[in-house]
Amino acid sequence: MVQQRLRIPTALSDQGLQDNVGRQRSAFSRILRLSRRHPSTIVGASVLFLLVAIAILAPVIAPFDPTDPDPSVRLTPPSSTHWFGTDELGRDVFSAVIWGARISLRVGLISMGIGATLGTLIGLLAGFYGRWLDTILMRLIDIMLAFPGILLAITFVAMLGPGLNNVMIAVGIANIPRFTRLVRSSVLSVKTLTYVEAAEAVGVPNSRIMVRHILPNVLSPIIVLATLGIASAILSAAGLSFLGLGAQPPTPEWGAMLSKARGFLRVAWWWATFPGLAIMITVLAMNLLGDGLRDALDPRLRTQ
Amino acid sequence: MITFLIRRFLAAIPVLLGVSILVFSMLHLTPGDPVQLMLSGGGAGGSGGSQGASAEAVEALRKEMGFDRPIWEQYLTWLGDVLQGDLGRSIWSNQKVTEMIFAQLPSTIQLTLAGLGIAIVLGIVLGIAAAVRPHSWFDTLTMGFASLGVSMPSFWLGLVLIYIFALHFGWVPATGTGGVKRLILPAFTLGLEASAIIARLVRSSMLEIMRQEYITTARAKGLRETAVVTRHALRNAMIPVITIIGLQFGALLSGAVIIETVFARQGIGRLTITAINGKDFPLVQGIILLVATIYVFVNLLTDLLYGFLDPKIRYE
Repeated sequence: MVQQRLRIPTALSDQGLQDNVGRQRSAFSRILRLSRRHPSTIVGASVLFLLVAIAILAPVIAPFDPTDPDPSVRLTPPSSTHWFGTDELGRDVFSAVIWGARISLRVGLISMGIGATLGTLIGLLAGFYGRWLDTILMRLIDIMLAFPGILLAITFVAMLGPGLNNVMIAVGIANIPRFTRLVRSSVLSVKTLTYVEAAEAVGVPNSRIMVRHILPNVLSPIIVLATLGIASAILSAAGLSFLGLGAQPPTPEWGAMLSKARGFLRVAWWWATFPGLAIMITVLAMNLLGDGLRDALDPRLRTQ
Repeated sequence: MITFLIRRFLAAIPVLLGVSILVFSMLHLTPGDPVQLMLSGGGAGGSGGSQGASAEAVEALRKEMGFDRPIWEQYLTWLGDVLQGDLGRSIWSNQKVTEMIFAQLPSTIQLTLAGLGIAIVLGIVLGIAAAVRPHSWFDTLTMGFASLGVSMPSFWLGLVLIYIFALHFGWVPATGTGGVKRLILPAFTLGLEASAIIARLVRSSMLEIMRQEYITTARAKGLRETAVVTRHALRNAMIPVITIIGLQFGALLSGAVIIETVFARQGIGRLTITAINGKDFPLVQGIILLVATIYVFVNLLTDLLYGFLDPKIRYE
């Protein structure tokens, strides 16, 4: 009797576990299969993996302290000691680019995290409750969308004041609308499905319906948008730093480095070349991965 | 059609009001006392040191700016002024904000339109060429270029172009404003990303259309392929493209801020950066309000054009 009682839950959870593994495996194999068809996804993921490793291991890999000036080697071209050359104070550009990976990836992740979390929350509330709440929230989003491109982020930086942290908040807020619109439209289509109605009918609280029944169904497009969102957040943040509104020297941020290097283009091409290449490679890798994930996870969003 | 026009126009009004509220609250949402902020930024008429503004100066400015009145009253007064074309005076130069903006606007609009022109031509031509022979080497190359185009930071592209075409070959001046020669590089830099976005959309939109039955019919009746593409496919494929062009106009207008800094060009962009760094709030507010308003109207125009091209939209 005791044994039986014990066995039932074990069997159940085993079954559940296997289902879960099966589901994961099928998603995984789907990604793998599509990756074979789109080698660019693999390239993007690998490059990104390498970038993350570089960012984590920056203190170990970087041969010099990126903020440490050495007047004896000012503006020297790339050499075996200074692979990417040095800047006007004799700081090693290679080390700065490596440390910059840390900053850019962090900025991209945090800004996107702010945008995705708030955007998803607003989209869930608007789509689920509808009526006046939907009207109010979506009008607010419309107002945010009236600020084109990077202008919304600039507006918030103007309010909060220049600085890297404020740039993350500003870029994050500027990212809210696209998540909200995506989540809201997905919620609207999921909300009418039978299992949501069933959950409502048996009296499951709204918050639980949203988190347990609706959110998992809109997760795939959110993941895709988030991956692509990190790419655009990195670009925006670097742009704001380039304008002098973000990271301040001597922080080795790629956009801020380009801003300084701009004045030395004639004498030190290397100084502007490598941070720019770093931004492009990072963003390209994120975009390739995002496109691949979209094909794998959400075929509806696919563009040919 | 008239109802559609009016309805669409009316819908823009609450958005513009919302924009005005956000722009108005900029100064008040900024942490700290607005008067102190303004005085620490530049100093009105030379009266301001950083922290050393006298108590009388602070009070005088508070009264002058109307900060002692209730917030909604301040907003209504401000909105009334704005609607009459008065955006206040710059804290730094004491010049009228509208005058300062309109002195810089033509240069920015010129750059934006030139960039948009390049983006449209490049985007549509490449998009069609890629769609005509999908999965050919040209298609792969074009779409590779498009991926690079959307991933490349415009400010870096600008520096690369300056290095190659201005410093190395000396074909065009590196920086400055005025003349077509000084416009080429910034316009191309600004337009490249948009051209990549447009090319992708034109391609996918064209591929979608080329699968339709009426294209098969057109081919079956013996039309040349160029006629099929230009007369039958392109016209329908353009409908989504027009929307994206409208959206891109806004992106380019705000992107001009960065490009103007790269090329040391005159314009709204550099004015914005100077204003933000100097905490010149009336100027910042004026610029942001104006750009957002322009953008809302461009979107309105796009929507109207869209409704005109695709009668189905009007009746929804």
